[in-house]
Amino acid sequence: MAEKQDKISFKKNAFIDNANKMPEFENHQQQTQKNTTCYMCACRCGIKVTLENNKIRYIQGEPTHPVNKGVLCAKGNAGIMKQISPARLRQPMMRKPGSERGTSEFVPISWDEALDMLTERLQKIRETDPKKLAFFTGRDQMQALTGLWAQQFGTINWAAHGGFCSVNMAAAGLYTTGFSFWEFGDPDWERTKYFMLWGVAEDHASNPMKMGINKLKERGGKFVAINPVRTGYQAVADEWVPIKPGTDAMLALSLIHVLLKNELFDWEFLVRYTNAHYLVVNTPRTKGDGLFYRNSNGTPQSWDLEKECLVNATDPKIKPALLGEYKAPDGTQLKTAFTIMTERYMSDEYTPENASKICGVPADQIKKIALELAHVAFKESIEIETEWTDWTGRKHDKFIGRPVSMHAMRGISAHSNGFQACRAIHFLQVLLGSVDSPGGHLAKPPYPRHVAPPIKPGKNVVPGKPLESWPLGFPTEPEDLAIDDEGNPLRIDKAYSWEAPIANHGLMHMAITNAVAGDPYEIDTMIFFMANMAWNSTMNTTKMRENLCAKNEDGEYKIPFLVVCDAFDSETVGYADLVIPDTTYLERYDTISILDRPISEPHAVCDSIRAPILEPDRDVRPWQSVLVELAGRLKFPEFTSDNGERKFKDYKDFIINYEKVPGVGFLAGWRGENGENSLKGKPNPKQWDKYIENKCFFEYKLADNHKYFRGANKDYLEFAKKSGFNSSSDPIIIELYSEKLQKFKLAGMGLYDGPQPKKERDQFRLSRFFDPIPEYYIPLEHRCTFSQAFPFYAITQRPMFMYHSWDSQNAWLRQLQAHNYMHMNKAKGEELGIKDLSWVWVESNTGKIKVQVKLMEGCQSDTIWTWNAIGKQKGKWGLSEDANESTKGFLMNHLINEHLPCADTGSPVTNSDPITGQAAWYDLKVNIYPAADDEQFGVYPNFEASTKLPGRPETKDILRYNTKKPVRLSRSLIDILTKGGFEK
Amino acid sequence: MRLGLVVDLDKCVGCSACAIACKQWNTSGTSGSLTDYRPYGADPSGVFFNRIRHYETGNYPDSKTVHFPMSCMHCEEAACVTVCPTGASYKREEDGIVLVDPEKCMGCNYCAWACPYGARELDREEGVMKKCTLCVDRIYDENLPKEERKPACVMTCPTTARYFGDFDDPNSEVSIVSRKRDGQELFPELGYKPVNQYLSPRKKVEIKQHEISEPNLVRKVKDWVNKVVEL
Repeated sequence: MAEKQDKISFKKNAFIDNANKMPEFENHQQQTQKNTTCYMCACRCGIKVTLENNKIRYIQGEPTHPVNKGVLCAKGNAGIMKQISPARLRQPMMRKPGSERGTSEFVPISWDEALDMLTERLQKIRETDPKKLAFFTGRDQMQALTGLWAQQFGTINWAAHGGFCSVNMAAAGLYTTGFSFWEFGDPDWERTKYFMLWGVAEDHASNPMKMGINKLKERGGKFVAINPVRTGYQAVADEWVPIKPGTDAMLALSLIHVLLKNELFDWEFLVRYTNAHYLVVNTPRTKGDGLFYRNSNGTPQSWDLEKECLVNATDPKIKPALLGEYKAPDGTQLKTAFTIMTERYMSDEYTPENASKICGVPADQIKKIALELAHVAFKESIEIETEWTDWTGRKHDKFIGRPVSMHAMRGISAHSNGFQACRAIHFLQVLLGSVDSPGGHLAKPPYPRHVAPPIKPGKNVVPGKPLESWPLGFPTEPEDLAIDDEGNPLRIDKAYSWEAPIANHGLMHMAITNAVAGDPYEIDTMIFFMANMAWNSTMNTTKMRENLCAKNEDGEYKIPFLVVCDAFDSETVGYADLVIPDTTYLERYDTISILDRPISEPHAVCDSIRAPILEPDRDVRPWQSVLVELAGRLKFPEFTSDNGERKFKDYKDFIINYEKVPGVGFLAGWRGENGENSLKGKPNPKQWDKYIENKCFFEYKLADNHKYFRGANKDYLEFAKKSGFNSSSDPIIIELYSEKLQKFKLAGMGLYDGPQPKKERDQFRLSRFFDPIPEYYIPLEHRCTFSQAFPFYAITQRPMFMYHSWDSQNAWLRQLQAHNYMHMNKAKGEELGIKDLSWVWVESNTGKIKVQVKLMEGCQSDTIWTWNAIGKQKGKWGLSEDANESTKGFLMNHLINEHLPCADTGSPVTNSDPITGQAAWYDLKVNIYPAADDEQFGVYPNFEASTKLPGRPETKDILRYNTKKPVRLSRSLIDILTKGGFEK
Repeated sequence: MRLGLVVDLDKCVGCSACAIACKQWNTSGTSGSLTDYRPYGADPSGVFFNRIRHYETGNYPDSKTVHFPMSCMHCEEAACVTVCPTGASYKREEDGIVLVDPEKCMGCNYCAWACPYGARELDREEGVMKKCTLCVDRIYDENLPKEERKPACVMTCPTTARYFGDFDDPNSEVSIVSRKRDGQELFPELGYKPVNQYLSPRKKVEIKQHEISEPNLVRKVKDWVNKVVEL
């Protein structure tokens, strides 16, 4: 920003003259400025807030902040309206005695009452059976704390929203390259020349993506957007590829087909940084098939081209064969991993012609994109002259970059084939040598991590004790699953069971259904934090709302006690037995920790805090403070001193003094007794003050020789170990071939020495979908939906100016869009007799909705789509009952089942990726037809209006927000008399 | 001086950051408040100085989506000023900013009818016409850091699709980008000489394709010869 401003020059004297003539518009003496971190979405930009008369005058991007560098999006700019939202919760409440759950009838209670009630209940659960507490958090930015809390409580049933958001994206990266997109990695915006955006409508990442597109365009680089819909970012793309939803793996692998056929790939990169040269046992349908051939020490083997014998694949200085079939001394048939890949991807299945039939992308276009990628990667490669040393000790005098970069998010991952699709995109990057190379896709510290991160999911629930490990982790073999001796799931959401073995983020979207069904068991208390599980964050919304109220024969609720913690009156709050009111983001301390979802930049380790800008004007408390309080009351070991006293006074004290391992805490900046250490060091009692002094963020810039090829960069690997990011400085080898997946596949085939699934369904899913190298397969719902009855793909996208359900309460943002439409291709609509702005029925296997349609050109012709979470329940979110959000706004969720329609084996199976449990929102298939003449207004389904919460203020028809009486600028009478209108 | 904006339609992703930044700055600024009607009710609306319009050109699959931010163009021959019966609307001689003096405005709407760009916004609560001031209460404020003395919409734009400056100065950023990218006025045929300029979406970037030679096409994996690369 500063750089840009320097270029602006005014005729200086004229400008100063004018300034002198101006009144003093702003009384800066009565204003103060404070920094904090935005929370209008998950981007976590730095903001500078100007206060005047104890109100917010202005929120602007912090120019020095590493994430947003001064810019701010529409949401961030609308923070004022969030802060004054009528939907803010005002005090703790409990369900009114005698009222039914879900009616939003509450009575206010004191904090003491609320905390005593909760402590008593939780104490009993913890002492008897900790897993009876299910604690699920939504879009929280403090999973390091909520996860620690759950682990200390001893429940296995904790997860955040990743399972219904984008776990496929995260997991595919962490099981392949050691990092992924968004929080894990970014395109090298400073250098990239060719950028492919896969399945990102308008959201993650918000400002960094926009800033990056600007840089790419200033450089004259090419922007290719792969998305069924042309809005948002796709609008400014040089090439729009309107792909059929759920077929991205086929497109990526067909691009790979073209590259391989023409021998256009980075041979050195594959040999040096990946496991492509490892030898794989080739003994089909026998035990051990598809696993790496290992020596007696368990080290994988490669074929050395010079020595012409097997060598340790991980030894430096070997000269391994990338291709070929070999025989081990014991006679075992072997093939290199790369040979297996080439055999598959060069087959006719992945020709552009065949891919075209599946993706709807012309074959010539696929060939062209592949050859453009190759041209930029190999003919326009870039060099950065810096001495660096690779893990073998070899010195290099430069980093060689392949300036092709990619970014992918929910459009790829929210399909039941999304894990393999994301992996396919990584494969494409790896073949081009553009992983963590200049101009390519760069990791963001603490990533890359070893494949996969060495944390196993906890499974041993013991009354009164913490769980032995973090509730979430990274299974690498069937032994790591959270299942009992019979193979039944241990978790309420069935994560890490045969149904979803690598469910790294849990399956929050299954928690209610399973708890109500008592499958695998009944629970006692469910806590939802910031998750709108009675509305847009759930599949099958109508049924889920019934589920939340479902009772046993004895009249008790099947989920006996439901605690909802939120800052706002969401649809889910209405179902709470106990409401814990949170603060807004401008009213609290927070940490955005490296232990959590980091905000690092590719070349800087970063974290940040929130510090209160305003005192709450309601009887509310930050949830993190409540968690620390509860942890003290419940005497969690990590929160209790040896003498049985509470270890931490409050949240701030906890953040300063808690150490995960000695020297490593939630905040990495200004550690050490006097703040002299970065990344690692003793607790610093003044740490919060240092952050506040430094605009609420910490940035540790990497040395030049640490910046690229970090998985194989000796100095970086040592730095990462020293800093506590990784437990070892061994090279991070890119796992093109996933032996980990193969082990699950073998278990499904009955060929694994270890746990194996008993149900035929699980056997099929494992043997079919756990492919050690990615493949395209038809999404699960599509496989069992009669395509003539439901010919359209239906997807939900996120607009740039709203974050999920949060922003309909925002008086400014809802003016941009107060209700959503179902969008469809114009020619297709006309063909079906569907008129623009008419009302239509949309039907799926699960239900039907009546919505208003809008025809457009920029929409793949077999796809219909809408914006997420603009539709609202009547009376919720501080809105009036006639608000457009509830009269015309709608959710697609009613059409999406949490189970697959083809569950033919007795027990229903989740509508999720069979590998990771990622909610397969975008697998939906529907039919669409005009509503009758007398149905031409009003959305269906409709829900009862919610009762107004106690203490909610009346909203007025007129809003005139300001912080002071305006200083007007007048036109002088002389000016009028001499000039009249515009006559010089 | 001839102050104005350049808007780059090649970079605008339609995120509305500029529109909301404008709203938040100006509601507590010299034109404030910018009233909102039915903020939490049916058909919410309110005073906005900057609105983004969205268009499509061409037919699927060759269609193109264009996001088009529009605010006051600060015309040199401003029709809104000409028609104002009270002298409330004026164009400042010093810098060309078109403003409304709220003390003199009677809210008659003539200017709104005259403006072909839809840039005028009647605040019904005050009975006063309001409009983009180019953040006149920011750009001359010497108590703000120098790099912040520009309109809120320009400061906030995440894609740097907005530029502010003096078109009379040939070396200003607005003059330079406008020259370089052949900046266009909106509706020049109407003759109001709008100062703001728009940069058209650029032509598609063409990238060379890697040369390939059909005969060398690898048919089978076995055709390949291993390269010796030391780990």
